[in-house]
Amino acid sequence: MKTAATVEPVSDTSEGAARQLATDARDRVRFEEEALGLSDQVYGVARRLAGSREEAEDLVQETFARAFRSWRSFQPGTNLRAWLFRILTNLNIDRGRRIQRTPDMQPLEESDYFLYNKLEESAADQNPDERRVVERLSQNDAVVALAELPHDFRDVVLLVDLADFTYSDAAQILDIPIGTVMSRLHRGRRILKGHLAETAVEQS
Amino acid sequence: MSGFAFDPCDKCEQMMQPYLDRVLTDVELAEAESHLDGCDYCARRYRFEEDFRRFVRQAVAVPMPPELKEKLRALRTPL
Repeated sequence: MKTAATVEPVSDTSEGAARQLATDARDRVRFEEEALGLSDQVYGVARRLAGSREEAEDLVQETFARAFRSWRSFQPGTNLRAWLFRILTNLNIDRGRRIQRTPDMQPLEESDYFLYNKLEESAADQNPDERRVVERLSQNDAVVALAELPHDFRDVVLLVDLADFTYSDAAQILDIPIGTVMSRLHRGRRILKGHLAETAVEQS
Repeated sequence: MSGFAFDPCDKCEQMMQPYLDRVLTDVELAEAESHLDGCDYCARRYRFEEDFRRFVRQAVAVPMPPELKEKLRALRTPL
């Protein structure tokens, strides 16, 4: 390796600059590949945030375009997945949330067991096996119930229950206090269960 | 079961969401598990909740369209 003394100042600078460029390019490629590796998960959540497949695809493309543009603002060694989801949820909010249905203000059942109890009651004369109760619900019932959740609740339910983020990651992604994450999560899950319980009972 | 102040099943129900989210402290976890070991009522309801969560998760999952993956690859910075 050359020492500084044996190298012309000018060539030292340009060599340094070239090395820096090469390092930059390598870091950028690594960043882009790591981000692309998470794209399935980003799409999975985006599809449930957006009303249609087309909207979801646009949202994911915007997310990655912005991520690639601003890759330098990502701190290596921190949580890339959370960083990407923050871009996704921010873009989703910017996209202009359509007018929300008034949240379903049916009084929420006190008990966390109410879905179980309701389904069990309705199935009392049939097979009391609780596993068969969930089988009465279709995949589409769950998709519809989730789509009907008020958006603030749905964001949290998606991040924690679908994307497996911790309460604390979800709080950072959405820029809300952790206590708010917990209350929206619990309330969102209960509303979801309420909708699905109604559906299951109707279909029994 | 000294940690249960009143109805042990009420206390157990309150622990269900944090239990399934794996955010109970070690002490609370031991408390919940010792109750679940002896209480069929709560054990069935925990199992139901777990099944229900799994059902929703699987029901709403969607695979990434392959064309979209290609479009995302095209967004990479050219070398």
